[in-house]
Amino acid sequence: MIPHRMIIRTVVAGIFVVFLFAFGGNLKAQDGKSLFSQNCASCHAIDKKLVGPALMGVEDRWPNKKHLYEWIRNNQAFLKTGDPYANKLYNEYNKTAMNLFPQLTDAEIGAILKYISDYKPATPQAAGGTATQPAADSDNTLLFGILTLILAVIAFTLMQVNSNLKKLTDNKEGIESPEPVPFWKNRTYIAFVTILLFLVGGYLTTKGAIGLGRNINYEPKQPIFYSHKVHAGINQINCLYCHSGALDSKYSNVPSVNVCMNCHMAINEYKGEKLYTADGDEVNGTEEIKKLYEYANFTPGQPWDASKAKPIEWTKIHMLPAHVYFNHSQHTRVGKVQCQICHGEINKMDEVKQVSELSMGWCINCHRTTQVQFKDNGFYSIYEKYHQDLKDGKLDSTKGVTVEMIGGTECQKCHY
Amino acid sequence: MEQKKHWQSFGELNNSEGYQQSAKDEFRENLPVWEDDKGLFDATTPRRDFLKYLGFSTAAAMVAASCEVPVKKIIPFANKPEDVIPGVANYYATTYLQDGEAVSVVAKVRDGRPIKLEGNELSPITKGGTSARVQSSVLDLYDTARLRFPTIDGKETTFENMDGAIANAMGSLGGAPVVILTSSVVSPSSKEVINQFIARHPGSRQVTYDAISYSGMLLANEATYGKKAIPSYRFDNAKVIVSLGADFLGTWLSPIEFAKQYSKNKKINEKAPAMSKHFHFESVASLTGSNADERYLHRPSETGAVAVALLNAINGQAVNLSDAALKEGIKNAAAALIANKGNALVVSGSNDVNVQIVVNAINEALQSGGKTIDWSSTYNTYQGVDTDFARLVEDMNAGSVGALLIIGPNPAYTWFDSSRFVAGMKKVKFAVSFSPKNDETTQLCKYVIPNHHFLESWGDAEPKTGYYSLLQPTIYPLFKTRQWQDSLLKWSGATTDYLGFLKTYWSAKAGGENGWNKALQDGVLNPVTEPAMLGAAFNSGAVSGALAAIAANKKGGKVEVVLYQKVSMGAGQTASNPWLQEMPDPITRATWDNYVMMSPAMARTLLNIDLNIAREADNYEVTPEKPVVKVTANGKSVTLPVLIIPGVHPDTIGIAVGYGRTKEIGKAAEGIGQNVFPFTNMSGTTLSYAVIDATVEKTGNTYPVALMQTHNVYDTPQGKRTEVMKELTLSAFKKDPEEIINDREKELAPFGGLKDYEKEGTIYPYFDKPGIHWGMSVDLNSCTGCGACVIACHAENNVPVVGKPEVLRFHDMHWLRIDRYYSGNPDNPKVVFQPLMCQQCDNAPCENVCPVGATNHSSEGLNQMAYNRCIGTRYCANNCPYKVRRFNWADYTGSDSFPDNQKGIVNDVVLMMNDGLSRMVLNPDVTVRARGVMEKCTFCVQRLQDGKLKAKKESRPLITGEDNKWDVKTACQQACPTDAIVFGNVNDSHSAITITRQENKLRLFKSLEQLHVLPNVNYLAKVRNVEEEAIEKAEG
Repeated sequence: MIPHRMIIRTVVAGIFVVFLFAFGGNLKAQDGKSLFSQNCASCHAIDKKLVGPALMGVEDRWPNKKHLYEWIRNNQAFLKTGDPYANKLYNEYNKTAMNLFPQLTDAEIGAILKYISDYKPATPQAAGGTATQPAADSDNTLLFGILTLILAVIAFTLMQVNSNLKKLTDNKEGIESPEPVPFWKNRTYIAFVTILLFLVGGYLTTKGAIGLGRNINYEPKQPIFYSHKVHAGINQINCLYCHSGALDSKYSNVPSVNVCMNCHMAINEYKGEKLYTADGDEVNGTEEIKKLYEYANFTPGQPWDASKAKPIEWTKIHMLPAHVYFNHSQHTRVGKVQCQICHGEINKMDEVKQVSELSMGWCINCHRTTQVQFKDNGFYSIYEKYHQDLKDGKLDSTKGVTVEMIGGTECQKCHY
Repeated sequence: MEQKKHWQSFGELNNSEGYQQSAKDEFRENLPVWEDDKGLFDATTPRRDFLKYLGFSTAAAMVAASCEVPVKKIIPFANKPEDVIPGVANYYATTYLQDGEAVSVVAKVRDGRPIKLEGNELSPITKGGTSARVQSSVLDLYDTARLRFPTIDGKETTFENMDGAIANAMGSLGGAPVVILTSSVVSPSSKEVINQFIARHPGSRQVTYDAISYSGMLLANEATYGKKAIPSYRFDNAKVIVSLGADFLGTWLSPIEFAKQYSKNKKINEKAPAMSKHFHFESVASLTGSNADERYLHRPSETGAVAVALLNAINGQAVNLSDAALKEGIKNAAAALIANKGNALVVSGSNDVNVQIVVNAINEALQSGGKTIDWSSTYNTYQGVDTDFARLVEDMNAGSVGALLIIGPNPAYTWFDSSRFVAGMKKVKFAVSFSPKNDETTQLCKYVIPNHHFLESWGDAEPKTGYYSLLQPTIYPLFKTRQWQDSLLKWSGATTDYLGFLKTYWSAKAGGENGWNKALQDGVLNPVTEPAMLGAAFNSGAVSGALAAIAANKKGGKVEVVLYQKVSMGAGQTASNPWLQEMPDPITRATWDNYVMMSPAMARTLLNIDLNIAREADNYEVTPEKPVVKVTANGKSVTLPVLIIPGVHPDTIGIAVGYGRTKEIGKAAEGIGQNVFPFTNMSGTTLSYAVIDATVEKTGNTYPVALMQTHNVYDTPQGKRTEVMKELTLSAFKKDPEEIINDREKELAPFGGLKDYEKEGTIYPYFDKPGIHWGMSVDLNSCTGCGACVIACHAENNVPVVGKPEVLRFHDMHWLRIDRYYSGNPDNPKVVFQPLMCQQCDNAPCENVCPVGATNHSSEGLNQMAYNRCIGTRYCANNCPYKVRRFNWADYTGSDSFPDNQKGIVNDVVLMMNDGLSRMVLNPDVTVRARGVMEKCTFCVQRLQDGKLKAKKESRPLITGEDNKWDVKTACQQACPTDAIVFGNVNDSHSAITITRQENKLRLFKSLEQLHVLPNVNYLAKVRNVEEEAIEKAEG
């Protein structure tokens, strides 16, 4: 459990603020790419026409840089100024209104434009590179097991040798020894082996029984090879963009087809690193996007009728027993817990697998050590005694007030 | 003053042997293994059985273990609607509709399924109150017996074919009129729809027929006020209320509204104690009568005479009644009324025009108009006039009706002369039924187009003029059903559907599209300013005629019968609802049947059962088998079991209507009770719900009635169950307001007194109560015993239905029950209702006896129950002094993995509740309990957790009632029409519970406080507005 707790601490201390509440912060050149993919990519590509025009050379087409910035930020307001180029563009694209981006600063727009002007059409990458390497965490159990076995055999042989030698010397000295008992009839050995078998069997049975219904490392095949690594990892899409229920509901809901299509109306081919299944088979990303189009009933280049879409039947991975009440919003919004704490480094997984036990002990252990947002959340102001104790130093302020201290390990917090 | 003795049964009153026996043990039945009296280990084949069980469980474990984890699917939306978040409930305002009854409600919709109804607090009529029937109506949506498609001659058809067939049939009528037979239509737009249809089909007409008729009032008001309408009653303005048999808290006219008004004057301000005074005159114990301060009994045939006597007494004339007690009562009532002229109200439940005219004259003499009777707004709930329908039946039999479109009523069941109606149906060219169920009348119709449930419908309602309530669908129609308005519009050649029609109708009135949307969101449209109260000009011309008619009334025979409505069953529309069938009647505490209510006096002479003799009380009470009698009246007879109920007139029996329904309307109604609507009769121009000359004969048979009355008896040397109650009179309370608190102080003095009792009265350590500590207060003075909370609890907490055979075996599962206590005169006792749920004791006796720690205490004061840890020893229930724990004796919910668990153990109704359709009503946030575990009230912990989460998300402390804002209400609290239940955080000095406890210190008590179980529920003592002497006199 210890490394697990360390992960919790590190991650909680490190990264939670950034992830939940979108973008912002300092601006660097490489942010142009992510700003582009967050704001523009659903309608624009750089080198081809999608819903909106291809953006390659956009700065050349707009002689007045100030006008371009205004247009990007609020195209509807800019249209009203009567700018001829803007109006022409608007009419050319069937009066499809562009989204408004009042939140973008000049620096951010600059970064996007820089990204566009620096853009080089991708040449097909040389294959190979970093293929998924087999799990390298060396497991020494087997080695130790074999060593133990060998040593046991040696010890056994030595004991036999020893007793034979003893018998020989006894014979030599004329001491009558009892009729030798073969070792498989030796009561000591039998007792020893029985107890050993009982212990090992009992241990395995208990462990197996405890493990019933727990599916750690469960990694089922999904109807579409959806890579979280590509979406949440490489392309930095916020978890909540798709799992929007996690902030409001007990369920973190799986996105509906129309959410996928928000981006995949435009993104119809996969050009990233090669993808592999857990078994090592190569996956064609573009084909997987086509599978989505089948569910969505969408033909690229034609308008999409969302009402004809069919839902995708995903295979459920994280399963809690029916008598457990778990609420995502309680943990994400109130507890400010990162998704990764329970779901693991999902942004590095192609196919998702269950990394946590999801057992009661696992829940309780976390509740025992995790602090609630005691000072930041006004709800806890009613715990006057704890506030006083913290002030007086009676409570260790580094340990703070844990979930357990406010009743978070009581039965009816999760079972009702 | 010595607290007076309260008793639940006659066995308890007489301290009979049977009562003592039953009070000794928690569980009445022996375990089956002890049946041979030898005990478990001496049984014949314990070793073999042991091996069998061992083998089975090993095999079962192996099978279970070898199974792979089942693959489950997540199927998200294809296109997620913007306002739906899976797992988060949406709330839509709509309206409960049952014939003419309309109640504004808010439906809780979880993942597309309505699962719970709450009252709409924006309605000025019900102000957020509900009734048991409203609470239960969500289950009707998922009734397995609902008709699933339109039929012609019982064969499935499409709507197109149906419309074509109807058009053909209409075409071939040859000018014979079409009659639209409806129950009272409260929807203004639907009235318009009917008018359009009538305009399109000249000669057709609408006839209104209500199963429970208010013709008497309508006609009397027409005669005396020139208005064929029923005015608003304002019980909240009345300091003295006299009810002549009107069950206005249970079933009469608008019970939720009246309960709210009535309870306003029952809330006692301790600094200046005052409350309304309620006299009740009736023949058979009713819910309202049981709540009255003073109650008097008379024969049904004397109803007119009593009204006249009251009028005479008010006018200072001689009272001409033979019964001395009754005469005394009339004099007292009249005196109180006269003293409170302008603040007095007299109502009558009679359907006799003459009686109602006399009542109008009384109210006129008391100057009630414009004060307690308000003509500015009138009820549309009951518009039917009996003679209209009687004439229609004659027309039908004469062959002068072409087609009959039946929207709502069910005369083949409810009309007294149903055979005549059935004969008439055969002479009608064709009949169309819009009933959602294949009820008695629908079975006679060629065309059946099932109507939507109200939760699937669009619509509007105007229960009182000027007050509108709107309906919007909360779920896509489950079956191929269609709103009747759509059918009528189609058949009158309209191009819009009903939704379009409704929108056009309302957007003008509600102020355009936005106004319509706002009204739909609110669910109600109220007058901008509350209209001033109005009286009406009284025309006394009719009074003398009425007096003469009453004087000429026939004398009653040896036995008279009152046909009453049960709070749960009404006229029987809800007979297929298992929740309501299993709800104990507030008065008799019986479930799943109707029966003859008989006075102890009549039982003595007719059945030779004298309940004052302990042995006979035992013989009658201990077994569920009750004697069966044959009741004959008007040439018809029924045989029904007898329940001996104090508070029934010695020469009168009472039988509930609404039973004996056809089995087609649902499993829950099958074989339950007898129909007594045939006993109703036309008396003059109106229907009478009493028979003044009947005979009752003993049959010698018996029939089991599932009574809960004696289920929860429990006595220990430390505390008697009947000490859970405290009651006193208003005069005593004024004289010595500190009586209760002093009693408590005295009792607890050896253990530190009230202040230190918690710490000093125990050897256990004291535990801190940081943060939130939950508490509840129940005001017994406001509680009317109506049972809305019981059903709300069922719906919220997935409480299973167990069926009649299981109730008979003491296996009922109600988490919240309403105990009924009698005190005083055994023939006409006072009644107190006490809602009893888990008291969430801080020093709970159940917790320390659990061998597996399945029940333990939370830091918030909850007595927690972890179902999956429970192994079913039932020690906890045995140790509970309140008997509020419930054990799942069988697999009522179908939640075990072995389907055979239910075979032959639970009945068809319970199996029906486990049908995929019925299960849609389950609350997904509450575990469905399996067989063999204990369960009980949790204070609606799922709501508590949800409320806390809401506060945490908004980063603020939890609010429970501060400035009437609530993060959390328990289901029972929210359902209560009289606000008797207050709940919240007792650690918060601004919460409603803290304020209630502070303001009612003197009436506050805790049940069985002396046990030091430290309950978190407190009660406020019942106060009865009677003089001390009057009680002593009555008790003789």
